[in-house]
Amino acid sequence: MNMLRLFYFAGIFFYLYLPISVLIVNAFNLNKYGMQWDGFTFKWFTAMFENHSLMAAARHSVVIAICAATLATMIGALAAIGLNRYRFFGRKVIQGTSMTLMMAPDIILAIAFLVLFISLGIGLGFWSLLFSHITFCLPFTIMTITGRLQDFDPNLLNAARDLGASEKNILARVILPMMRPALISSWLLAFTLSLDDVIISSFVTGPSYDVLPLKIFSMVKVGVKPEVNALAALLILLSLALVIVSQLMIGDRKK
Amino acid sequence: MKIADKTRFCIILLISGWFILFGVTPLLLLVMTSFLTMDPADLVKFSFTLNAYSQLFIEPGYIIIFIRSVKLALTTTLLCLGLGYPFAWYTARMPPKWRTSVLILLMIPFWTNSLVRTYAMRMVLGTHGILNKALLSLGLINTPLKIMYTDYAVMAGLFYLMLPFMVLPLYATIEKLNFQLVEAARDLGAGAVSAFTKIIFPLTLPGIMAGCIMVFVPTMGLFYVASLLGGARQLLVGNLIQQQFLNARNWPLGSATSIVLIIFMAVMLIGYGLLLHRFSRGEE
Repeated sequence: MNMLRLFYFAGIFFYLYLPISVLIVNAFNLNKYGMQWDGFTFKWFTAMFENHSLMAAARHSVVIAICAATLATMIGALAAIGLNRYRFFGRKVIQGTSMTLMMAPDIILAIAFLVLFISLGIGLGFWSLLFSHITFCLPFTIMTITGRLQDFDPNLLNAARDLGASEKNILARVILPMMRPALISSWLLAFTLSLDDVIISSFVTGPSYDVLPLKIFSMVKVGVKPEVNALAALLILLSLALVIVSQLMIGDRKK
Repeated sequence: MKIADKTRFCIILLISGWFILFGVTPLLLLVMTSFLTMDPADLVKFSFTLNAYSQLFIEPGYIIIFIRSVKLALTTTLLCLGLGYPFAWYTARMPPKWRTSVLILLMIPFWTNSLVRTYAMRMVLGTHGILNKALLSLGLINTPLKIMYTDYAVMAGLFYLMLPFMVLPLYATIEKLNFQLVEAARDLGAGAVSAFTKIIFPLTLPGIMAGCIMVFVPTMGLFYVASLLGGARQLLVGNLIQQQFLNARNWPLGSATSIVLIIFMAVMLIGYGLLLHRFSRGEE
């Protein structure tokens, strides 16, 4: 029974890691089509760096991910505080909308954003992409930060108020510093979500601002592209680094 | 007190504004678009019609895509449930320090771009892919299997992408399960099967439902998996929507399709809500 269980876990992990491993190996494989191992090379990495449109798309994706993660974390922090501390008209509506945005399939959000930008006359490119990325990350950052806010000792806030702190000071000097770990993990979450998105990006950006998923999609649709393997290997390493960083930070918080 | 009100006011204004502009408005516009008339020159004409919906329900082609899509998503969901349940179960029963490692190992591929992973799947399943190579050299087959560009390839890809969405909610419920109940049932003479069907299954049903919804709903929209791994046929509702919006430029039809998808999803969520409600009442 124990052997069976071991085989089962090994099987699942084999299935999860096999495609990624094949991809990484092929990034260094001289054989263009990855059919067999022909020897070690860095050729595809050079090809990747020389492919200007691919590099531009990668740069755009990272810029969007950084901007979206930063703004989604900032707005998410304010939203989490607002929804947690204040009782106001429309609070339930906001929570409901946030829930809907989180649960709705990406394809629905994608076309809804597209219809919005076209109706508002916002051209498809950097801004449309940024607004949509912030919006679909927002429910997740709010959730992460709210979780942390609910762990607070409310006496700390009462003490600050009794000592004469204004609302602005309470936010800046008490709540914000205590929220820091949650802010960092929500930034990382939003960064990954933004970088991982394929569906929404393919609807709300135009030819003027090509991003990675679109570029990769159009490149691999017709066949194998070894420079995509190289780029994918780099992306996998990047996400691995992010996982390690976030795990280290969660570890720190526990101490 | 005035400054306090100002800070408060700004925060509420910002978040309400953002959610109304980028959350509520797009969805309302989508509903509106589905009732408009298609106009080749100008995208849409502002005249109310139910054409898009009647087209969707009358033309057999669309119904076939919907049924095929539901079938594919359902198979993927069951595959994830069947293979994910034991995974979640055994992980939840491991010593705590092992659990985190297993969950992190499960999540690492999940942090990588899903398009990249779908593309990687192609290298495994292709005619000259590693799977065919392995099977050929083991002598299990004589000619390479044609998996790529079939529904099986799409299913393999969807399962690969969606498995964590099934395992995580299952794990969360199983971890909270009171195992003494299972032991009590066994002590009272229940076999492994009846302990599962009478105790474990009903108690973990909320996790099962949550996992199934989290897999089933997004799966219908993952058009790029179907385009990269499946054939030229339209497999998923997502492909249909994408094509109506980006190629055929029939926005009303694309919007109507997505509204039907939303209603489908809402019915499932309401069902889940009712079940949870019954469940929490049962516990009291």
